[in-house]
Amino acid sequence: MPRTSRYARDVAVVAFAQSDHLRRTDELSEVEMVMPVLHEVLAATGLKAGEIGFTCSGSSDYLAGRAFSFTMTLDGVGAWPPISESHVEMDGAWALYEAWVKIQTGEADTALVYSYGKSSPGSVRDVLTRQLDPYYLAPLWPDSVALAALQARALIDAGETDEAALAGVAARSRAAAEGNPHAQLRGAVPQGEYQVAPLRTGDCPPIGDGAAAVVLAAGDTARRLCERPAWITGIDHRIEAHGLGLRDLTDSPSTRLAAERAGLFEAPVDTAELHAPFSSQEVVLRKALGLGPGDGDGVAVNPSGGALAANPVMAAGLIRIGEAAARIHRGASDRAVAHATSGPCLQQNLVAVLEGDRA
Amino acid sequence: MTAASPPQVLRAPLVVEFPFTRSLGPVQSAFLTGLRERVVLGVRTGDGRVMVPPVEYDPVTAEEIRELVEVAPAGTVTTWAWNGDPRPQQPLATPFAWVLVRLDGADTAILHALDAPGPDAVRTGMRVRIRWAADRTGAITDIACFEPEARGAREPDARPAAPHDGAFADPVTGIVAEARLDYTYSPGRAQSAYINALAERRTVGERCPSCHKVYVPPRGACPTCGVATTDRVEVGPAGTVTTYCVVNIKARNAMSDGIEVPYVYAHIALDGADLALHGRIGGIPYDQVRMGLRVEPVWTDGGRYPDHYRPTGEPDADYDAYKELI
Repeated sequence: MPRTSRYARDVAVVAFAQSDHLRRTDELSEVEMVMPVLHEVLAATGLKAGEIGFTCSGSSDYLAGRAFSFTMTLDGVGAWPPISESHVEMDGAWALYEAWVKIQTGEADTALVYSYGKSSPGSVRDVLTRQLDPYYLAPLWPDSVALAALQARALIDAGETDEAALAGVAARSRAAAEGNPHAQLRGAVPQGEYQVAPLRTGDCPPIGDGAAAVVLAAGDTARRLCERPAWITGIDHRIEAHGLGLRDLTDSPSTRLAAERAGLFEAPVDTAELHAPFSSQEVVLRKALGLGPGDGDGVAVNPSGGALAANPVMAAGLIRIGEAAARIHRGASDRAVAHATSGPCLQQNLVAVLEGDRA
Repeated sequence: MTAASPPQVLRAPLVVEFPFTRSLGPVQSAFLTGLRERVVLGVRTGDGRVMVPPVEYDPVTAEEIRELVEVAPAGTVTTWAWNGDPRPQQPLATPFAWVLVRLDGADTAILHALDAPGPDAVRTGMRVRIRWAADRTGAITDIACFEPEARGAREPDARPAAPHDGAFADPVTGIVAEARLDYTYSPGRAQSAYINALAERRTVGERCPSCHKVYVPPRGACPTCGVATTDRVEVGPAGTVTTYCVVNIKARNAMSDGIEVPYVYAHIALDGADLALHGRIGGIPYDQVRMGLRVEPVWTDGGRYPDHYRPTGEPDADYDAYKELI
C-alpha cells in the first residue's frame, strides 16, 4: 500500500515506454513515430486500446507547424469505436495530471497518456519564442537558450554556481545516460562553444524527436496490471508570473510549493528525475526540492541522463515521471520524485511523488 | 498488392505566418503608446511596487492595477547573456547582450537587447539607457535596444516614479503580432509513398492488417485498430461519387482561379478503397451530378494530383455498393 493516501483513489503508473530519441526522424510522420510506443506500453499491461478508460495526449502545433496536429496521432490510438479522449497543448506530464484527475473522479480506472514532439522540422529555439507574451517579449524573439542564459548568469552572479559546476552537471548527466539506450547524447560530450554566454553547447539540451507513453491505473486494477506499481502519492503543479523581470530567476518557488503540496518533504526520496533542459536549471531545482548540490547525498539525480541527454519537447517531462516509475517497477527505487517544467526559465512546474509497495 | 517499401524521404519547405491582431487594455495601451512618445510608463501595485513593463493584474494578489507612473528611460542591468550569433528576427543583427534592466523608478525589470561591443563591456549592475527606434508605432520594438550610459554621465535617478494619467493623443489600441516560422516538412513513410505514386498518376492506399480496410490517402495507421497499415494497395483509377455538394461561392485563392461557380465538390470512393477522398467533378453540368455517379480522374500537364474527376459513362453504381463509404 502507498505510504500516504491523500487522495480519494490510489493511482499508479503501471507501465512506461519511450522511443529512441533522435536528432531527426524525417522518414516518420508523427503517428508513425508514436505508434510503436503506444503498442509497447499497452503490451506491457496486456490492455487493448479499447479497454483503456481515458486517453490524454500532450504535444504542440507549433512544433509540427500545423493546426490540430494531435488529431493525426489519434490514428495510432484506435479511436473507433469512440473513446474518451483529451489533449493538452503542453508537455505530457500535464496530460498525465489530467488523466490522474479523471481517475480520481471515478470516471475511469485506467488511462493511456502519451506525448511526442518532433523538433527537427523547424527551429525549436525560434518556435518556443511563440509561447512568450505577445506584447512585450515575443516581438523580440528571445530564444529559449537566451532566456536560460539570463537565468544562468543570475545564478552565477548570486554565487550559486559557476561555469565549471555547470559543466559538471552536463558531464554527469551524459555519463548517466550511458545506461539509457533511448538517450540521444551519451557519454563524454564536449562542452563546446558558447551558444548564448554563459551557456555552452554542453549546457543545452540536444534537439531531437521522440515520444513517450505511460499507463495509469487505480487500486486493484493497478496491482493486477503491474507487479510493483509506482503509486502517485502526491502530485501538484504551480505557475509563476509570466514576466521574467517579475521573478527571482535564481529560485523556483512554484516547484517548492508543488513539492510541498505533493508531500515530497514528508519523507526522503532515493531518486529524483528532474526536467532541467539546461544545466543551470538543475541548480535551481535541486535548491527548490532540497536535494543538495551534488552527488553523495544518497539521492540518484537524473540516473536516466535527464533532459540534457534527450529532450523531445513536450515529452521530456512525461519521461521524467516514466523513468522514476520504471525504477520503482524494477525495484531500484522505493520513493522517487519526478519533476516536469514548461515555459521559459522554469515558469511552470509539476512535481509528482511516486512510491512502491515495500516488503 | 506490394509490401510497403523502404522510405524515400520527401521534403518541402513549409512557411507558417500568422499576423495575430490583438487588442490592448488600458494599461498596455498606455505603455505602448508611451513608447511611441518616448515615455516609459509603469504601473503601481497595491503595496507600492512599480512594475515595468506594466501588467494589468498584480501577480501576487491578482488585484486589478491601473495606477500609471512614469519612470526613467535609463536603469541598471540585473542580469545579462551574451548573444554572439543573433537569430534573424532578433532586435540587433550584430552580436549583442540580452539584458533585464530595472529602470530608475521601477521595481521590476524589462527584457531587451543591449548594444555593446563585446561581452567584456557588459556586467550586472551596469548603467544603460534606451535607444529609441527612429520609426515608432506603439510596440515594444519602439525601443530599438539599450546602450551603455557613458561613465559618470548620470547617476541612478533617485526620484520616485512620477504619476502619469496615461492619456495620449491618438492612443494605440491594438498591435499586430507578426510571426513567421520556417519548417522543412517531411510527410513520413505512408504519405511519401502516396505522393510518389501520384507523380506516376497512380493512387495507392494502405490496407490495415487487422480489419483489412484500405485507406486513401494513407497516413500509416488504421484509426480503427490503432495499428500500422503495412500493405500498399493500388486503387482506382475510377470511383463512385458517394456524396457531393454544389459550391456557389468562388474561393479567393490561386487554386480556384479558372473554376467557375457553381461547381460540384464530391466525395469519391475509388475502386478498391474503403475511404472516400474528395475532389471536384467536371465534364458534366453541376445539376446532373448524383450519388452513385461513376467518375475517373483527369490529369493536367504538370499536375501533381488529379485536377478533377469526370464521368466514365458507366452505369451508376448501386447504392448498396457504396453505402458503407458515405
